[in-house]
Amino acid sequence: MANKNGADRVDVRKTYKQYVGGEFVRSESGRAYRPDGMVNVPRGSRKDLRDAVRAARTAFAGWSGRTAMNRGQILYRAAEMLDARRAEFEELLGGGRKARAELDETVEVLVWYAGWTDKLAQVTGTVNPVSGPYFNFTIPEPTGIVGIVASDDPALAGLVRRLAPALCGGNVVVALAPEHRPLPALTLAEVLATSDFPSGVVNVLSGQRKELLPWLASHMDVNAIDVSGCTPDEVALVEAAAADNVKRVVKLPAGERSPHLVTAFMEMKTIWHPIGV
Amino acid sequence: MAITKRQAADLAKQTFDYAPAPEAIDHVRIQPRYGLFIGGKMVEPHSKKRFPTINPATEQKLSEVAEADAIDVGKAVSAAGTAFTSWSRMAPSRRARYLFRISRLIQERARELAVVETMDGGKPIKESRDVDIPLSAAHFFYYAGWADKLEWAFPNRRPRPLGVAGQVIPWNFPLLMLAWKIAPALAAGNTVVLKPAETTPLSALLFAEICQQAELPAGVVNIITGAGKTGSLLVSHPGVKKVAFTGSTEVGKLIQRSLAGSGKRLTLELGGKAANIVFEDAPLDQAVEGIVNGIYFNQGHVCCAGSRLLVQESIAKPLLEKLKQRLSTLRLGDPLDKNTDIGAINSKAQLEKIQALVESGIEEGAEIYQPECKLPERGYWFPPTIFTNVSQSYRIAREEIFGPVLSVLTFRTPAEAVEKANNTPYGLSAGVWTDKGSRILWMAERMRAGVVWANTFNRFDPTSPFGGYKESGYGREGGVHGLLPYLELV
Amino acid sequence: MATALSLTHLGSLMRGVRSVDEVGANERAASLAKRSIKKSSKLWALDLSIRCMDLTTLEGSDTPGKVAALSAKAIRPKPGDSSIPSVAAICVYPARVADASERLQGSGVKVASVATAFPSGQSFTSIKVAEARDAVDAGADEVDMVIDRGAFLSGDYQKVYDEIVAIKEACGSAHLKVILETGELGTYDGVRRASILAMAAGADFIKTSTGKVQPAATLPVSLVMMEAIRDFMRETGRPVGFKAAGGIRTSKQAIAYLVVLYETLGAEWMTPDRFRLGASTLLNDVLMQIDKERSGVYQSPDYFTID
Repeated sequence: MANKNGADRVDVRKTYKQYVGGEFVRSESGRAYRPDGMVNVPRGSRKDLRDAVRAARTAFAGWSGRTAMNRGQILYRAAEMLDARRAEFEELLGGGRKARAELDETVEVLVWYAGWTDKLAQVTGTVNPVSGPYFNFTIPEPTGIVGIVASDDPALAGLVRRLAPALCGGNVVVALAPEHRPLPALTLAEVLATSDFPSGVVNVLSGQRKELLPWLASHMDVNAIDVSGCTPDEVALVEAAAADNVKRVVKLPAGERSPHLVTAFMEMKTIWHPIGV
Repeated sequence: MAITKRQAADLAKQTFDYAPAPEAIDHVRIQPRYGLFIGGKMVEPHSKKRFPTINPATEQKLSEVAEADAIDVGKAVSAAGTAFTSWSRMAPSRRARYLFRISRLIQERARELAVVETMDGGKPIKESRDVDIPLSAAHFFYYAGWADKLEWAFPNRRPRPLGVAGQVIPWNFPLLMLAWKIAPALAAGNTVVLKPAETTPLSALLFAEICQQAELPAGVVNIITGAGKTGSLLVSHPGVKKVAFTGSTEVGKLIQRSLAGSGKRLTLELGGKAANIVFEDAPLDQAVEGIVNGIYFNQGHVCCAGSRLLVQESIAKPLLEKLKQRLSTLRLGDPLDKNTDIGAINSKAQLEKIQALVESGIEEGAEIYQPECKLPERGYWFPPTIFTNVSQSYRIAREEIFGPVLSVLTFRTPAEAVEKANNTPYGLSAGVWTDKGSRILWMAERMRAGVVWANTFNRFDPTSPFGGYKESGYGREGGVHGLLPYLELV
Repeated sequence: MATALSLTHLGSLMRGVRSVDEVGANERAASLAKRSIKKSSKLWALDLSIRCMDLTTLEGSDTPGKVAALSAKAIRPKPGDSSIPSVAAICVYPARVADASERLQGSGVKVASVATAFPSGQSFTSIKVAEARDAVDAGADEVDMVIDRGAFLSGDYQKVYDEIVAIKEACGSAHLKVILETGELGTYDGVRRASILAMAAGADFIKTSTGKVQPAATLPVSLVMMEAIRDFMRETGRPVGFKAAGGIRTSKQAIAYLVVLYETLGAEWMTPDRFRLGASTLLNDVLMQIDKERSGVYQSPDYFTID
């Protein structure tokens, strides 16, 4: 690293940690792995996953109960925080034009979905003209806890393309950082931690996919799982395990950016009431 | 023709007991045996196997229907695959015309369809006449209009059909579930192979005739009959691109698991254990009607039935008195009688399941109430039943009974009502009864359920999306939302 | 409820009366109207419709002659057919009570008189009380009073209540039917509230309408009133009768009312002591339907006397 303070400066290195319930934690298992051969990254365990889901569940009522405007502001704040740390992320993403493009996209995705929070119900909800004296309307509601299995490439944008729409709709998230390139995701957690997300709304775990994925896919308190970062075999594994609690498995294309992706993490609720005097 | 004084005196003493008012069945022709509807024709099954379908109210055999085997399923899927090429490319406005025709034909043959539905399934004729058949026609009419307007439903996208849809439906609303499945699939440009439930195949086979009458291109709709085996052959057939299932959560999970990694699209509409929540300020007499309609409609064979009554403790007593009094006026008996409120249980197996769960309720310590109610000697029957003194942990409060059995629990505050209502793996529907507008919205917001009926219950409409949260399944049927499961948005 | 006279906060109590969901009530009534009543049940229902009928004439042009003709029809609805029962009562203006009373002497058919500045009720309480008393003195067995809707709608429940109590007292042993004129009350909530108020004040019957205001009797409004009667019975143990009046012209309608009555209040209410149908033209249609049921042939009005 560049060292303005003289050759003998000893860097204060960052210990990369998982982000669970608003705190930066090592794996409860005490294990770590070195995906790039240099940096130690927590090797999350099923118990870390359990804790993350529990934290997410606790956070759900509060986050889904926020006004859409407020959620939009917080997502936008995340874009601000990320943009402010461009230099760090550029380096994490390997530098150069490709890294800058990915970073630009990531910021843009956050801003784009920040603007969707308070339009979503207007665009995807309906008032239904039923044959009878009833007022009937349909509104999207968050499904609950969304598991996101992020793609290794792009290591940052891949996660945010799914994270932003999931949060936009009011869900809480347990994300698995890309196994081989976890640092951008773990650093993103630091961005989110300073963006006014209540603790537990986003949880980021690192570690080995094969250790964590079966537990995430089978967890009875996880409502949906996005498999954009999964191999076909992993998708099959997730789909089979998801059946235990009829989890929604979101398989929209990696490049999808639309309100349909937001509602893929949501439930449509229809409410009837008589019209009378 | 005068009557005698004595007859007149007798008349004065007589009570108001409705005389039988059976719906005529002479205009309905049920064939002794049916084949499979494949490629626009009724064909003999390769399996050579048939099984009887009976009238659950009389235990008499109505007809014999084919049991499709793997080869039959293959033929049906292949016919649908062939038809897909032209159907999906047909001008959407022409597709619409066929759907409109089908809707009209259902209306024209409404009486016949209602009678067949009631004979085959045991539901009261007043329900098949006033609910099932009109709603089925309305569903086709609604989606017919969508066929050439899909671009307006999904702006900035090009909606594309998926291919052959394999659809498996239950026995509680046979024709209506068929309409919920076939209408959006066809409007979106897919072709279908549909399997009705083994105990109620007849209205679907009548629908096959309607497809012929409508001159729907061959293979666009294929109807195959059989039991669970046939259904599993259908959903796992590699030519099927989209699977839609309505039925039990247990089978839904099996299907979801079996399709893992197949790349097929799946929507599930599964079980429920809905809470019907009555607050102390509710319009009580209408709430009683809502409770009755919620759990005794169609003998409780309704996935969204209000099977758990959560009543605010302060009015539990008067409400239960009213409810019990109301139960005594329910008329159980011949489903073809126009005055029957509660018909026959759909099958022996279902009756046994209901009996077993009711037994468990008694064993676990709940208090049972059944009005005086004479059950016919033949057929499958179960009287309307209320359990009081029920704990949240009892099986009757947790498991879907799918019968005319209501579990009553009490609550003290809105927060407690929400907590109890949501304390289930299901999430299909919920009911809220209160006079206070802000409380309705507060409750509706917190119910983890796909349909919330406030001051009403069990209302359905083609424009109104229906479907569950959690283990009640995913995907919506009805409304613009009902198109999405049958489309890819390019 | 029976001691409601001593209650000082009637207004707030009235506002505490449970609400009615309009759509739910309409749907329940509509579903009951679809009951299919056939054969022997139908004959019985038609017979009961006659026995519960208040044959009514309430015209400015009513004369002793008109009342005489109507009285004859009331006693013997179908001359020459003794199997057809008499109606329950004839219902006339106070000035015609004496005519009716004379004609119906000993027939078992009661004389009912509207009173209390019928149909609007917009007069002085003293005059209303006097009118009711005079009607009874003239021979009325039953008094059909109207409530003061003006007072009710302005929230002066006490006035409505006190007036009913006063009229009830003036009636002595004559039966008091209290007309709510539901078409002017605006909502089923109001109908239910007025029903409870009238019963608490001592009504023997509550009645839907005068027949002079549209909408008059409807099936759902009757359902709401019957549900109030049922609740009042449960609370106090006192059975109150129900009278539907206004716009009931066909047998089919009459039978629908009987079905709602049967399924809401039960068989005990299916007697002239607890149920009345107020009507002027219904009777001939019922007679026609009875003949149709008996003969199996559709009938013509030309064969039924217009009195």
